[in-house]
Amino acid sequence: MYGGGYIFEESKNGHSEEEDQIKLQKFEERIAAGEKIEPSDWMPAEYRKQLIRMIEQHAHSEIIGALPEGTWITRAPGFRRKLALMAKVQDEVGHAQLLYSAAETLGKPREQMINDLITGKSKYSNVFNYPAVTWADTAVIAWLIDAGAIINQVANSKGSYGPYCRALERICLEESFHLKYGHDNVVFLATGTSQQRQMVQDALIRWWPPIMHFFGPSDKISVHTETLMRWKVKMASNDDMRQKFLDMYVPKIWELGLTIPDPKLKKNNETGKWEYTEPDWEEFKRVINGDGPCNKERLAVRRRAEEKGEWVRNALLRPSEKYTVPLS
Amino acid sequence: MSIKSLDPRITREQLPDESDNNPIKELHQWQTYEVFHQSKKGDRHIHVGSLHAPNAEMAILLAKEQYARRYKCVNLWVVKTSDVFITDYDDEDMFEANQEKMYREAGGYKVMDRINKFKTEHKKN
Repeated sequence: MYGGGYIFEESKNGHSEEEDQIKLQKFEERIAAGEKIEPSDWMPAEYRKQLIRMIEQHAHSEIIGALPEGTWITRAPGFRRKLALMAKVQDEVGHAQLLYSAAETLGKPREQMINDLITGKSKYSNVFNYPAVTWADTAVIAWLIDAGAIINQVANSKGSYGPYCRALERICLEESFHLKYGHDNVVFLATGTSQQRQMVQDALIRWWPPIMHFFGPSDKISVHTETLMRWKVKMASNDDMRQKFLDMYVPKIWELGLTIPDPKLKKNNETGKWEYTEPDWEEFKRVINGDGPCNKERLAVRRRAEEKGEWVRNALLRPSEKYTVPLS
Repeated sequence: MSIKSLDPRITREQLPDESDNNPIKELHQWQTYEVFHQSKKGDRHIHVGSLHAPNAEMAILLAKEQYARRYKCVNLWVVKTSDVFITDYDDEDMFEANQEKMYREAGGYKVMDRINKFKTEHKKN
């Protein structure tokens, strides 16, 4: 699922100065010409750093993103839905594997990435710090969070780093099942009994603020990303992606007669842009820095999984083996 | 205090609220393998990505899960990354001469001009 609202680190003093200017120029020309950068190519240190950060955050989000929905596997309404939810959750974990491999080609071993996740040093998408309170929450997540993720990932798959683009292409194919599965679940509840409608409406109310947070802080307050956009690390601004999401999905939510909890939400026909209540970015910052309803639980579960698997990894470990950075 | 979750399986684990950091060690994810995928018999195997595994058998198992989850696949190869030897993109000029060796290309042999010239001269006589 996922991968939106990356937090980029601001570089202290316009980074390109220490780089070899001739190599840098050639690098930028290649990107401008639509070429992909491969792991063994020369790249600016800043490009490498921001890509590792972004792909790693994306991988963590996949693996942590499996947890809120996973909450309902044992209590899914019916066997078919249980199978489908298990398949979806398994897909997400698989996506994490593909993304960890892509990030690794840039030189950060997977052990370090996992350590940075379980010690809280690395971030993952903020939305997964919220609980899936009912079955309907899993439906809303699978439909709308995955929809947001697809918008983000389709954009990023046109980026400049080859291994990341190739991983995303594979991921996007699988996400199309998630989107249809989620939509099917939401439609089933929204066209069902009054109790089922109420369930999905309540879930939408709970998830709307996280969904609006999903694409990251407004362009007005987010870190300057011109260089990252020129290097095709970031492919669209946070606000542009949010607009695209609203354009595609608000009509689909309204056609089910559901209410979006934002009285200001409407499309301005003159500008062609959606107007909405500015999301609460203070809450976003607070939650991403650890103070959300489920941050502790998510990391504790991840940590326990590592601890429980340790004896298996030890049993299979051959100390004579050497680690090699994967090729692509 | 242990974590209370909406998921009863997590509550039962009695996970501690605070962590004592017990980082995983180097190589705990094992070494890496490169994966090649064939979608039908007769097609080439195509490199699709890499994965971590403790041995080749496990690598095949994980390759099936990660790279052959959907769409047709009839065969997988896995190769230890450390066993792959590669050329350097910086040396890509070593392939450039290929284009200059026209004597070994079909396009390097143009006879129609000569034939036409011969025919014209032949007609005159």
